[in-house]
Amino acid sequence: MTWITKPKLHHPKLPANALGFTRRDYEGSVSTLCAGCGHDSISAAIIQACFEIDLPPHRLAKLSGIGCSSKTPTYFLGQSHGFNSVHGRMPSVLTGANLANRDLVYMGISGDGDSASIGLGQFAHCIRRGVNMVYIVENNGVYGLTKGQFSATADKGSKSKKGAGNPDSPMDLVSLALIAGASFVGRSFSGDKKQLVELIKAAIAHKGAAFLDVLSPCVAFNNHVGSTKSFDYVREHNEAVNALEFIEGKEEIILDHDPGTTVNVTQHDGSVLRLKKLAEDHDPTDRASVMNFIQRHNARGEIVTGLLYVEADSEDLQDRLGVTKRPLNSLSDADLCPGSTALEKINAGLR
Amino acid sequence: MLSRVEKINDFVIRLANVNGSGSASANRIFARSMIRMGIPVGSRNIFPSNIQGLPTWYEVRVSGASHLGRRGGYDMMVAMNPQTWDKDVAGIDAGGYLFYDSTKPLPSSKFRDDITVVGMPLTEICNQQYSDPRQRQLFKNIMYVGALGALLGIDTEASEALIKELYKGKDKLIAPNMEALHIGRDYALEHLKGAIGLKVKRADAVGDRILIEGNAAAALGCVYGGATVAAWYPITPSTSVAEAFAGYCKRLRAGEDGNKYAIVQAEDELAAIGVVIGAGWNGARAFTATSGPGISLMQEFIGLAYFAEIPTVLIDVQRGGPSTGMPTRTQQSDLLVAAFASHGDTRHVLLFPADPKEAFEMSAQALDLADRLQTPIFVMTDLDIGMNEWLVDPLKWDDRKKMDRGKVMSFEDLEAGKDFGRYLDVDGDGIPFRTYPGTHPEKGAYFTRGTSRDRYAKYTEEGAVYVDNMERLLKKFETAKSLVPPPAKTDAPKATRYGAIYFGSTTAAMDEAILALNEKNILLDRLRIRAYPFNDTVIDFIKSHDRVYVVEQNRDAQLKTLLLDTGKVDPQKLVSVLHYDGNPITARFIVNDISLKHGLEKPLKESVA
Repeated sequence: MTWITKPKLHHPKLPANALGFTRRDYEGSVSTLCAGCGHDSISAAIIQACFEIDLPPHRLAKLSGIGCSSKTPTYFLGQSHGFNSVHGRMPSVLTGANLANRDLVYMGISGDGDSASIGLGQFAHCIRRGVNMVYIVENNGVYGLTKGQFSATADKGSKSKKGAGNPDSPMDLVSLALIAGASFVGRSFSGDKKQLVELIKAAIAHKGAAFLDVLSPCVAFNNHVGSTKSFDYVREHNEAVNALEFIEGKEEIILDHDPGTTVNVTQHDGSVLRLKKLAEDHDPTDRASVMNFIQRHNARGEIVTGLLYVEADSEDLQDRLGVTKRPLNSLSDADLCPGSTALEKINAGLR
Repeated sequence: MLSRVEKINDFVIRLANVNGSGSASANRIFARSMIRMGIPVGSRNIFPSNIQGLPTWYEVRVSGASHLGRRGGYDMMVAMNPQTWDKDVAGIDAGGYLFYDSTKPLPSSKFRDDITVVGMPLTEICNQQYSDPRQRQLFKNIMYVGALGALLGIDTEASEALIKELYKGKDKLIAPNMEALHIGRDYALEHLKGAIGLKVKRADAVGDRILIEGNAAAALGCVYGGATVAAWYPITPSTSVAEAFAGYCKRLRAGEDGNKYAIVQAEDELAAIGVVIGAGWNGARAFTATSGPGISLMQEFIGLAYFAEIPTVLIDVQRGGPSTGMPTRTQQSDLLVAAFASHGDTRHVLLFPADPKEAFEMSAQALDLADRLQTPIFVMTDLDIGMNEWLVDPLKWDDRKKMDRGKVMSFEDLEAGKDFGRYLDVDGDGIPFRTYPGTHPEKGAYFTRGTSRDRYAKYTEEGAVYVDNMERLLKKFETAKSLVPPPAKTDAPKATRYGAIYFGSTTAAMDEAILALNEKNILLDRLRIRAYPFNDTVIDFIKSHDRVYVVEQNRDAQLKTLLLDTGKVDPQKLVSVLHYDGNPITARFIVNDISLKHGLEKPLKESVA
């Protein structure tokens, strides 16, 4: 197979999920990224999230573009089909894949170069279309594979490893996603696994384009003093707006004791997102106020994280197009070919 | 004494109009009226990249013998556009006719003395009849259709029936259009009797043929071929492929339980081909329709589909290039960019439909070939085929035919323990097996990538493994030769050492040209190429002739380049006949150019192939 197989032997007491899989069954091959890379923590969070929600690994398709982040799908869910496409074009390939079979879970992994520069158009348009997917940007503000150039998410004035200052304004993908109509927008930090796992679980359950901007420091090229995407900087400036607890639909929902500080959002599939408010003035269901909130905090140099926006009764591209519930790739000749009689009628209309 | 062209059911009339003036539907009624009389007619729009105000022409080829390509020249000009008057008049064949609006007197210098001039005060009549300026314009068109009908001898019933069909549902438009038709007709009957020597006579030469544009036919082929996903970006002249696909799907594929199709109007051509590739990867049949600039943009993705082996269908409705070129003019100039699309070493399968009927058949077949060969397949049509209505045999479908989904390992195959290597050549034809995502919980998953990998899809940059894979891709291309449509060969009436090779929309003009060449005693065996890679019979054909004319509609002899690239033919034998001014090639051009080259150049000695 495509990955370096890790030994399947594991501790006999490793807990199994409802499908009888252990966390190890959700792993991929050994990562070839730099030791300490934030991206590996994100892969670990994806593994944990899929394990916890009992997702059959082969029912997820993982797609990516090009770059360090786009390499990571090899390192998780080894029993899933993966597609490492071309730079900046994961969204279109994933859109096509999604149209072919609506029954799978689609995870798009991208980076800040992949989504904020070369792929900005595809990023915005796939969000705008409401493709049912989890869109994760592993955001480190830097081009890693080509060794340290600024990406479009690098903050103005932040310093490169070689000491140069970035003269350009940053692209804030969270704000762009909101403007493009994303029905689920979150931001997290690769160093905050607890928050990230819950966000990924909620994003998978979400119907429509669920966007997660995950700050993921690059230990090789963007973890120095003067960088605004370093571990230290992000830890210092991280402002969590809420604490999310993802509750699958099948579980009974117990009313929260303190409704003033908790928001419950029931998603399309019945899953509940329980958000314990940490920021008083943040309402995750009001797009305009969320945009306002983010801008205000951005201006203060704070990196707001958590589930920033969610639309409970969201719809996806397939709904909008009125596509049949049966996967298009399963349709037969009888479903698709109108046959000779219909063709004769068409001919008759063309004389 | 002025000589006059006297012809029955065999002439060309060109109508010069201003675009956006409502002439298109009137001109269609004119052409179709003759078809309703059983006379074959080929009609072509020659139009600008503009919505209103620029010159547009409509060329009507009336041919009892069914020569429906462009002949070249015209026997009559219906000059409705003052902007283009001089050129329009200059182009009339000697002995031909000029029909014009004589409301405003023109100096004699504006005419010619070797043609017959037929004037009708169209504007004056319209101004008397109508007060609304828009009506004056619109009904002028239908009025000249009435007059032309009277001059040529068209059955009024045929035109009347077409008006009724055209305005079905907008019934209040029927009566005024009928009236305008008759005003024109009555004027001509009274004032212009016997003015022209071109006549139509009811015939029985149309049979059960249909009138269809190539773009609609290609779209229908995609419906019949089982395409469920279409992604596209608007571009002339391919836009109507996607629009027709949407129309046919709505009619044929919508149901209570939802649509059995999904169409995405993408943000650009890159996204369009990306969607197609994603869908193809995931086991749906998918296509895009585009033109040259779109193909240029899609290069990187096409290379991915080739290298990662993903079924992909592209309908390339070719137009005049390079760059924005001539967006509303026709050419066959994307052969090389399509055949070798992408950086690195690639080769792609091209299909060459000659008319809308083949556009239908080949679009359906392309979807089969894409699944079978797991690679991009290009349907190379052009603006002439795509955006003109052609009179073709009825479309046919064999209900016994099933989709060929190619080599796909199922859950059962994997469960039975079949060895799955995504890039493993198990059958010796270069084509590996694939699996659809989500097939099996433990087996058959693989990682698709544009990077080099081994037979089991594992990433590698090892030279020998890379070469092994590239060689297999060549083998697969070799396999394609026996799967693509074979060329169509037609022998000259007598044995000859000369041949002609052509393809696509050149076919109609070529069929007519060959008769004229026969008369000049230039006998040519002909071979119509229908696909690339070339079947071995193409090479044999060249080998068995001393000289072969390669007729194509581009500047750089792109088909000839592809023929030479096979490495199996003698370059000296191939003589190019190239037409690339953006208008469809004509029979006269082919006859003249081949005659010239046949006379001036001595036949070459038997060459050592």
